[in-house]
Amino acid sequence: MYIGILGIQGAIQDHEKVIKKLNHTPLWVKTKEQFKSIDALILPGGESTTMIKLLKTFDLWSSLSGYINDGLPVFATCAGMILLSKKIDNYQKQDTLDILDIHVDRNGYGRQIQSFETDLSIPEIGEKEYTAIFIRAPKITEYSDKIRVYASYKDTPVLIAQNNILAASFHPELTDDLRIHSFFIDKFVMNKNN
Amino acid sequence: MEKKGTWNVKKGFAEMFKNGVIMDVTNAEQAKIAQEAGAVSVMALERVPADIRKEGGVARMANIKLIKEIISSVSIPVMAKARIGHIAEAQILQAVGVDFIDESEVLTPADDKYHINKRDFTVPFVCGARNLGEAVRRISEGAAMIRTKGEAGTGNIIEAVKHMRTVNEEIRAVKLMNDAELVHYAKEIGASVEILSQVRELGRLPVVNFAAGGVATPADAALMMLLGCDGVFVGSGIFKSKDPKSMAKAIVEAVMYYNDPERLAQISEGVGEAMEGLEIETLDVRMEERGW
Repeated sequence: MYIGILGIQGAIQDHEKVIKKLNHTPLWVKTKEQFKSIDALILPGGESTTMIKLLKTFDLWSSLSGYINDGLPVFATCAGMILLSKKIDNYQKQDTLDILDIHVDRNGYGRQIQSFETDLSIPEIGEKEYTAIFIRAPKITEYSDKIRVYASYKDTPVLIAQNNILAASFHPELTDDLRIHSFFIDKFVMNKNN
Repeated sequence: MEKKGTWNVKKGFAEMFKNGVIMDVTNAEQAKIAQEAGAVSVMALERVPADIRKEGGVARMANIKLIKEIISSVSIPVMAKARIGHIAEAQILQAVGVDFIDESEVLTPADDKYHINKRDFTVPFVCGARNLGEAVRRISEGAAMIRTKGEAGTGNIIEAVKHMRTVNEEIRAVKLMNDAELVHYAKEIGASVEILSQVRELGRLPVVNFAAGGVATPADAALMMLLGCDGVFVGSGIFKSKDPKSMAKAIVEAVMYYNDPERLAQISEGVGEAMEGLEIETLDVRMEERGW
């Protein structure tokens, strides 16, 4: 499978490494034409303000939105979740793609000194707990019944899905535990049951 | 259980800056311009390096009131500089809530022998390096990110290029070493064997490595990316240029398309004049020589 990674800014290489370990082919997506050659797309962590500006400057904003709305499987981490959200409650002027039916607070878990790692229970990827790294992470403040919740932390969803999209508040690309990427490819890209 | 300030949390945060630009700012207004241009973070300091160079005197951590104003004016992460070895400045910056501390040779050093033990802190640190030994020593002290020192405030890229090329050459040599050679080399360059083994395995530094010190144009930023940097710090290069807004935006765009010359040409076209540059041979103070 050709797994695209939005190649604008952020932890692009980290996702690239994971995709290679899973024996798929990662491709950086920096132009509109490149959307045509991918089976799925990862929106990496980084700075959402930077990504939004560059997406607009280089005329990628509407193509990105179009491909996702047409069903391109997407895995969004951290800033990626912010990009897809309906609204950013604490920065309402910041634009979003308005595809996931969630509201978020940017840096909802605090600044860097509050960033943390913790073990999550995610039944869909196995019994063993998953160590999740939260870095100035977005916090989901509202979500509709279109959202399926795969994992929560302190009663707030942190790993969710809506149709073709999987989204995490934390950073699966920063650990050696490949289960979430693997789950995304099996379930969302290759449509395998179990 | 929540674990804060772990190595994964510190190092992982630096990964988020990759393929991005971090800009020096001295007040809230400049911070907003940087954010608007697409900076991934801003670095708060009292004077940009070009002014420190011109005015002389002891350069210290920025005024706390100013740092707080910068923090509340932008949504992107805020970094601030502390003097080399100045544990108290670093503790104060952590207490104020800055997201990253640069233990920087651009400020006047506070200790002629020791750097800060960065493992004592929850907040992550970035440090400058001119070669692999220096980079590994800083990582041993707990730095979660490295940058070239370059020669700050000159608008002259040669020193940053030299430092990046040196680190690259040394990494290439390390990759070919056997265990015995590695131990000997570690002794020669004053670096930890354990971290050097990681370098050998990864074929790169085990932390994010940015360029800094002398970036003045979109082409300079692209050059540093071509040499293998993970991203770019721009100090005086933005706010000492003729049109800071357009320069800031162009440098951000150049980092995204560093390997696309046609786009780089378009990006460079509309940019105003770059900051005035200085020849390295004419300098009274070589900031890169600070730090040990």
